[in-house]
Amino acid sequence: MIELFSPLIEYAFMRHALAGGVALAVASAPLGVFLVLRRMSLTGEAMAHAVLPGVAIGYLIAGLSLPVMAIGGLVAGLLVAVLAASLARLTALREESALAGLYLIALALGAIILSAGDRPLDLLHVLFGSILALDKQSVLLLASLATLVVVAFAELFRSLAYETVDPNFFRVASGAGHWVSTVFLGLVAATLVAGFQAMGTLMGAALMVLPAAGARLWTQRLATMIGIATVVGLVSVVTGLLAAYHLSWPAGPSVALVAGLFFIASSVFGRSGGYLSRLVLRRHLEG
Amino acid sequence: MARGWLAPLRRLGWRVRGLGLARGSLEPGMRKPLVTLRNVTVGYGRRPAVHHLDGVLHAGDLVAIAGPNGAGKTTLIKALAGALTPLEGSIERDALKRRDIAYLPQLAELDRTFPLDVRGLVSMGLFGQSGAFGRNTSAGRNRVEAAIAKVGLDSLADRPIGALSGGQAQRAMFARVIAQDARLILLDEPLNAVDARTAETLLDLAAAWSTEGRTVVAVLHDHDRIRARLRQALLMAREMIAWGPTNKTLTAENLIRARQMAEGWNESAERCERSAA
Repeated sequence: MIELFSPLIEYAFMRHALAGGVALAVASAPLGVFLVLRRMSLTGEAMAHAVLPGVAIGYLIAGLSLPVMAIGGLVAGLLVAVLAASLARLTALREESALAGLYLIALALGAIILSAGDRPLDLLHVLFGSILALDKQSVLLLASLATLVVVAFAELFRSLAYETVDPNFFRVASGAGHWVSTVFLGLVAATLVAGFQAMGTLMGAALMVLPAAGARLWTQRLATMIGIATVVGLVSVVTGLLAAYHLSWPAGPSVALVAGLFFIASSVFGRSGGYLSRLVLRRHLEG
Repeated sequence: MARGWLAPLRRLGWRVRGLGLARGSLEPGMRKPLVTLRNVTVGYGRRPAVHHLDGVLHAGDLVAIAGPNGAGKTTLIKALAGALTPLEGSIERDALKRRDIAYLPQLAELDRTFPLDVRGLVSMGLFGQSGAFGRNTSAGRNRVEAAIAKVGLDSLADRPIGALSGGQAQRAMFARVIAQDARLILLDEPLNAVDARTAETLLDLAAAWSTEGRTVVAVLHDHDRIRARLRQALLMAREMIAWGPTNKTLTAENLIRARQMAEGWNESAERCERSAA
């Protein structure tokens, strides 16, 4: 038993991965719950992919400078969200087509820009992350971001919930409206950028979407939903890292896969909308 | 919460109405307008849905908005609430703060899959007082419980809004309006999905608001019900056809005119002929 968990303590790279992963999971869970409730999971996914060309351009300009790459990723992530919304408004395209189109372009563009530099980055790391290679600086960035998100979220919580459940009522009662979704998207983009090194551009949204979508199927209470998503995110990080260590699996995808197992299990067993719960309900209605 | 001292006023209101006099007709010159609409054109993007509307709302007015589908009733309610800014003209409501306006959107606008219980939904009515960051006071929480009881949902206060019937959800939205304690109350199809008895109860509530001096504007479809229960009506078909005492507004002649205008609408010709003048 002790041997199972000891690598998390013994090795510095595992400690860094654990600390960074925990911070990322804590920041991602509440944001993911609102992405799911606002039917914006695909937006989160697209933003994660869009971070890639932004980071790549930052890398091209300033080399391996964390702030420049982060700013590039942040701008690109937000740009895709705004562009997709504008395309959906100004053309006959639906938002999901716009999002899918834009993130494909972003991925292609990012890969090409990266290969153009003098010292190309390892594409596999950029795509799937290198959570086992987090250094102190990256862990600190993740930890400060998680703190920022939790504090901002606590302040934003009521507005965000009201704006989601009844947007026009909220607009009238608050005199605002758009700033809530803007700040929310900003937090999502910041978290995706901070998690970029750990989870890569392809797994970036995993800790947001998978725990939240699964949690949605267990409860009708918002606070409980966020609680479940957070715990699942944390368990996924710990289990995924250990699986990666003991089985020599790639770490980021291992974390995502554990969260994915919860997602699948929830869709079958989830008490509040999982397949079995609906089956029981249907029988009841037939009877 | 005690509104006991209002009881005599309320009785007076009922009596005056019993005499067949709209209170507005007693001393129209004396009353200060609460909301003034001047040449209001509203719409989405640059496509106007309501053209050149003028009118005044006073404290205690109880006005029905009627008209065919696509007449701009919801658009007008949204503009009155401040959710839409007029493309042209102005809506003056300087006497009102934001918290003085209660807006009940159409039931379909409520995302009932959102994990929120009835108490949480009704508590939204306190937003105007508490703001985005403030705490709900115990007085506010009492108001929420009282509002839930008033619409008869006490036993369902902990139920998720996704598990409510349409009529129960509509009553919960009414409770939210009660909790808001507002001076201008704007209701968009508040009787949709509601059975006849509940509809009468909710209309009683609206009438009581009016007697308390609150202004109530409601989009309603059932003309017979409007005639029976509301003193004033605004009949519209993308522009005002008539606005005044219900019996002079919802006449057969006016209703035919509204229907004819609706038949003439086609989506490609939405430009405003009068705005060039």
